[in-house]
Formats: sequence, C-alpha cells, structure tokens
Amino acid sequence: MTTRSIPETASPTVGSVVSSELRAGSARRSPAPRTPAGRAPAPGDSGGTGGSRPRRRSAAWLGFTPFAAYVVLFLAIPAVIAVASGFFTADGAFTLANLSALTDPTIVKAFQGSLLVSIVSALLGAVIGALVCFALLGTKAEGMLRTVVDAASSVLAQFGGVMLAFAFIATIGFHGVVTLWLKDTFGLDVNANGALLYQTSGLIIPYTYFSVPLMVLTFMPAMEGLKATWGEAAATLGATRFQYWTKIAMPVLAPAFFGSVLLLFANSFSSFATAAALLSQGGIVPLAIKQQLTSETIVGVANSAGVLALGMLVIMVVIMFFYSLLQRRAARWQR
Amino acid sequence: MSAPRIGAEPSRTARLVILIVVGLVFIVPLAAMFQFTLRLAGKSGYSFIHYVSIFHPDPALGTDYSPIWQGIQNSLVICVITVAIVMLVLLPTMLLVELRYPRFRRILEFVCILPITIPSIVLVVGYVPVYQRVAAVFGSAPWTLAFAVGIIVLPYAYRPIATNIQAFDLVTLTEAARSLGASWPTAIARVILPNMRRGVISAVFLTVAVVLGEYTIASFLSQNTFQTALLLISQTDSYVATIFALTALVFAFVLLVIIGRFGAVRPGGRVKKTRRPRGTEPRIPLPTPTPARSAS
Repeated sequence: MTTRSIPETASPTVGSVVSSELRAGSARRSPAPRTPAGRAPAPGDSGGTGGSRPRRRSAAWLGFTPFAAYVVLFLAIPAVIAVASGFFTADGAFTLANLSALTDPTIVKAFQGSLLVSIVSALLGAVIGALVCFALLGTKAEGMLRTVVDAASSVLAQFGGVMLAFAFIATIGFHGVVTLWLKDTFGLDVNANGALLYQTSGLIIPYTYFSVPLMVLTFMPAMEGLKATWGEAAATLGATRFQYWTKIAMPVLAPAFFGSVLLLFANSFSSFATAAALLSQGGIVPLAIKQQLTSETIVGVANSAGVLALGMLVIMVVIMFFYSLLQRRAARWQR
Repeated sequence: MSAPRIGAEPSRTARLVILIVVGLVFIVPLAAMFQFTLRLAGKSGYSFIHYVSIFHPDPALGTDYSPIWQGIQNSLVICVITVAIVMLVLLPTMLLVELRYPRFRRILEFVCILPITIPSIVLVVGYVPVYQRVAAVFGSAPWTLAFAVGIIVLPYAYRPIATNIQAFDLVTLTEAARSLGASWPTAIARVILPNMRRGVISAVFLTVAVVLGEYTIASFLSQNTFQTALLLISQTDSYVATIFALTALVFAFVLLVIIGRFGAVRPGGRVKKTRRPRGTEPRIPLPTPTPARSAS
C-alpha cells in the first residue's frame, strides 16, 4: 500500500481532485498548522510525528501503520503460512509431493462430502429463501415484520454454529421432538439407518437451516430492486403476471439469484462449528483439516492440513470470483 | 383490492402462507430446544429443574459449571478488546482513507472483505504457528484470541461503518467544520463521530455477536470461550448446555432487533432522511456477502 501511494499522491485521480484540493487548501489556511492535518483522524498513530514537524503528507501516512501492521500480522501472514505450509516437507524443504494428499481416498471422500452437502444445502436454501423474499415484497422495510425477519436471519445465519447443532439434536436426534412425533404418529423412524444427524448427508438439514436466512439477507436487496414501473409497463402492454415473471422479473433477478447460490455454497463449504459439534470424525473438508492438524494420518505426507487448506482456498477463490462477476451483472439493475 | 395485481408483489394469501409455513418450520428446532431444557432425565414430565441447577448445582451429580462461566467471562473480555480494535484501528483508518486518501477506498474495502473468502478453518492452519510467537510475547491468556477474532470481525464491522459514511457528506461536513476554525480533534469529536453513531453502534453489536459465536479459532488454539465451553458442558450436562445456547440465541436476536429499531428511528431525529445512494442497501447494515462466519 505504501509504495503505491507515492505516484498517486502526485497526481490525484479525477474523482477526488476537487475535494482533495479543497482539503489541502483549508488545511493550509487552518489556524493551527502545528497539528499535521492527517494525524488527527488516526488516534492509533504511533506518534512518530512529534519533534521536528515532518511534512504533512508523510505524517498522515503514519496513520495507516496500526491497521497495516495488524492486517499483515494476523491476516496476511497466517493466510500465507496456511497455504504455503503445504509445499514444505517436515524438514522445511520445498516439495510438491504433499499435493498427493489430495488424492488420498479419505480426502477425496471429504471433498465429495463437502461438495454434496454444500451444493444441496445451497440450492435448497436459495429456493426457500427466494420464496421468503418474494413473500416479503411490498412490506415496509422499516416495519416490525422486516426488522424481526432481518434480526432472526442474522442470528441464524451468522451466530448459529454449535448452538444450531444442539437445536437439531433436540429435534431429530435419537430422542428429538420430531423424531418421537414421527415415530408415534406415522411409525416412521428417521434414524432407522443409524443416526441421521451424525452422517455427512445428515448435515444437509442444519446447513439448509442456516442457508435460508442467509439467502433472505443477500437476495432481498435484489428483489427490492424490481421497479414498480416495470410491472406497470408490462401490464400496460398487456402482459399477464406469468409473462411478467418469466420475461422480466426472472431474467433481471437471475444473476443476483445465482450469485446468492454461490455465496450460500461458500458459506456451507467453509463452515465448521456445526459439523464439529455433530460429527466426531471426518466426512467434510473442515473436519478433515482438523484431523490432520491434530494427528497427521496420511502416510508420507507432511503438513497435510496445509494442503487441504490450499484445496479449500482454491475452491473458495473460484467461487468468489464468479460471485463478483455475477454481482457486477446484478448491480446493473439496481441503479 | 379488486383491481388485477401487477408487478412482483405477492397476494396477501400467498404472503401469509409462505411466511407462516417457513416461519413454523424454522421455529421447530428452537422450540425443540426449549422443550428439551424442560425434560427430566430418564423420566417423563417437565420442569424447570435444569434452570435451577445452573445456580444451585446438585452436589450429588458433581457437575461443574465453572467452565461455562469462565468461558463467558473470557468471551466478554475478548469482546471488549475486539471492539477496541475496531474503534481504535479500523475506524480511524476508514476516516483517514475517506478524508485524505479516498483513492485507497477500494483497497481498504478489499482487505476488509477478504476474511470472508478465507474460511476460518484455513486461517487457523496459519494461526497455530503465529500464535506460538504471540504466546512468547503476550503469554497464552485467552484475551490474545482477540487479535485473530478481530480479523474475522473485519467484514462485519466494515460494512455498517462504510454504509454510514456513504449516507452523509463526511468530507463537506469536515471541511465546513475546519473552515469555521475547528481543530481536527474537535471536528472529529463533534462533527464526524456524532454523525456516525448509527454505523458505529451496528458495527459494535455485530462484533459482539460474532465474538460470542466464534468457535473455530478458540477450539484450535485451545482456549476456553463461550462456544467451546458449551460443547464441553454438553458432554456432561446437555440440558444446561442447551439452556445456555438458547439464551445466547435469544440474546443475539434481541440485540439485532434493537439495532434494527435503532436504525429505523433515529433518537433525537436530527437527520431524518439519510441519503441512500441507489436505495439498495439494507436498513440494518447487514454484512451482505457473509459466508463462512455463520457456523465457523
């Protein structure tokens, strides 16, 4: 960041010319020039500006130090270590041999499990969530209903984790409310083939449960972007509601919808806590990483957790790349 | 309403049916949780005995609830430090970018949203060695987790603050204050911060919610926080663990409803209409692209 700045400060970009000119002007005219203008907004500034009154620009730069240092230490370095460690042997020599861990049968199975659970829960979550968004159309955004739905969605989508695992044990575990009810009413035992919840595919249920609210949060703005005038125009031209949906609303919403699907997928794919509370062994990639971190079990491969982390990150980066593409397309209609 | 409906809005019936059906399905697991906390071990019937036992543990059973109290305490300490990181490191940086280096807005946004792309389980692989160094400097007390959690929180804290900055004319207001003779600290304390109350409070609440829900990092760095303690306790007394879990969910829900109401009705009502570019962002500055953190 610091190096990029220098040419840019010399020639400010078009958008900011006026305001930065103004700012510079007002700073110069200000009655208290002893405080370098840029210092104040940065209380975290390490204070290296005291004493001999350095030039204003360089002083303002120091304001970035705390944040930059923090992000480098706790985001950049760990991320690099996580990914790079997969390329080193136990002795610290560079190697590509560790990548063979990705072909280990248990690991392949873990990736398959993760993909299955994430894809199914993302699709289910997206469809149900979109229905909820549809139902919420036309309600007041500031109203109590929307406030409650938004709050509940945030809690379930982002706060669940271990607690949702408990909820599902109480629901469809061996003595869960729904399990007992189904057994008593229909004689149906959901756990007939072993505990449903403690299998990889059983994770689909809790994962869908936190995917739906996430869909509501991410898709609602797009739904609200549907302009009333489009519906009126279509109706004036004699379109039925079915035609309105298939010819106008759905094509407009499609990029946002698929973008949200990707987001839901990424969310399910990377979530760990619910699975950790339910399953003791692997079955999905995050749990496999946990296993490899605690005891490396793949023969002949060092730092296998790093290799798995790399595999996960590659998938996430691909997903987020397509997400941003779709997001850009979707944004066109939201102006 | 006899006129034919046009546009995307659902009919009243459709809306009610969808909301009620989905709402009921979503309430079932939570209701099941509550029902579970009332059950008696090995007997039929219901009582609040497990709620009582939290405060008056039965010595005969020998269950020890101290890990969960300790975990809550640790989580609260981590909350305070994480909020401090947001307020003293992130917020000033955002203001600095906005006021002096607007062309770095993109970079800052990228950095702040980045933790969403990196699953915490991946970050953990890197945190294990990093924290060996951290422990050498600060010791291995639970509060050191705040550094890692602060990263996880970045997207959640960034979004509401950024939305807030968009909603009022930060630069013009600051210039006005400065040209009227206010010093930088005065301009910040009396002009900028009061206008950012909403975004800052949302950021703080979301930070608190994320910190209390964080499990992955704490478990791998072997720290006792609220979530890890929940899992630990559930192995000896699942009733009490469920009580705490349900309470936490309700607590977070109430917290977010308050943010929602707070966002809708401005206390003091000085600025009624905030400028909403494109009118698209959600009222609660909910972190829109929010994968990963949910259950991590």
